[in-house]
Amino acid sequence: MTDAPVVLVACPDGPILVRGEVEIRDADGAVVPRRRSTVALCRCGASAIKPFCDGSHKAIGFRTDDEGSRPPEPLT
Amino acid sequence: MRAPAPRGPLSQTVLTALTSGSIDADLPDLAAARIAAVPDLAGDEDIQLSLTLLYELHHQGLDGVDDALEWHPDLLRTRAVIEREYEVQLRAAVTVPADLRPEPTPQSVAAALFDLTGRDDGPSLSAYVGKKATDDQLHELLKHRSVYQLKEADPHTWAIPRLLGEPKAALVEIQADEYGGGRPERMHAALFARTMRGLGLDDTYGRYVDEVPALTLASVNMMSMFGLHRRLRGCIVGHLAAFEMTSSQPNRQYGNGFRRHGYDADVTWYFDEHVEADAVHEQIAGRDLAGGLVAQQPELLDDVLFGAAACLHADGRVGGYLIDRWSAGETSLRTVAA
Repeated sequence: MTDAPVVLVACPDGPILVRGEVEIRDADGAVVPRRRSTVALCRCGASAIKPFCDGSHKAIGFRTDDEGSRPPEPLT
Repeated sequence: MRAPAPRGPLSQTVLTALTSGSIDADLPDLAAARIAAVPDLAGDEDIQLSLTLLYELHHQGLDGVDDALEWHPDLLRTRAVIEREYEVQLRAAVTVPADLRPEPTPQSVAAALFDLTGRDDGPSLSAYVGKKATDDQLHELLKHRSVYQLKEADPHTWAIPRLLGEPKAALVEIQADEYGGGRPERMHAALFARTMRGLGLDDTYGRYVDEVPALTLASVNMMSMFGLHRRLRGCIVGHLAAFEMTSSQPNRQYGNGFRRHGYDADVTWYFDEHVEADAVHEQIAGRDLAGGLVAQQPELLDDVLFGAAACLHADGRVGGYLIDRWSAGETSLRTVAA
């Protein structure tokens, strides 16, 4: 499991899911305790348990419409 | 589980059959006659307790009852008679909004489920608990919740061997977290038991079944029905998605209700844990589990949506009942002879 690549999933209108062995640190460099193998990181800014998600993105209507589901085609 | 007291002729007969081990072949006919006169099975004490007794054979069993009765044909027939009508009534009562027509893709199904669960049209039990509930009402809340929470996640686990590939991996990922990730003291059922003890309640499995009304049993029985039938795998998957999607913020409010009465972090751990855990689970359940299942088997889309709407329906009825009783200054529990 430790050799598997870490996978991040950008959830539409929601958090970033993190699967895999990765250390999360706060701004002071302290390790943020991780209590489950898959975590959701806040990206709407409204979570009360940052850096983790608490579902607040739904209450504030956070949208990621401008985020494509795949990389944009290269310009020719 | 300790056998609860009967609530009418059918549950009395089922209890006698279970404890004596002598099952009358007429039991399914008795059940059929009994339900024929009941327009709302979810609200019928006698019928819901009968279902609870029959389902408990598949969960932890009943004290003094032979484990072999789990597969007794006449008990299974009796359960099927009640389930058939219960499912018919649920499908008639639960509405999936007509404008919800997702494509059979993980993204579209997840978006539809978030849309459905975001359409909040009922009174909020979590808001009531967060702001108004008395200490006595907090005790009542835990008694209601204990019927499910002491077996939290179990009915959905039954779906695992009925799934393949991505949705199976997703369900296992969620359930592993529900069961504490290998640490029994972190199992959600164990955290709930801790909360109960913190309020001086008995955390013995099934201890408060006698005190909770039919509607509370009905919501748990619905999960057992969805979970036990492979035919209904879409329903139990949709149910889990909706359950997770309506959990994070409500659990913060539940925790606030207990903090408001001075309970410490040990008591609120269960609720605080769900704020974080279910914000993860709702993403996995919506996209990878429900969306993944529909992508594999598009014919299950309607059942996934129905299961999700049924979750909101059943929980909404229980929540509305508690708020009504509490707002009237009454208990939401049944009076049980000492």
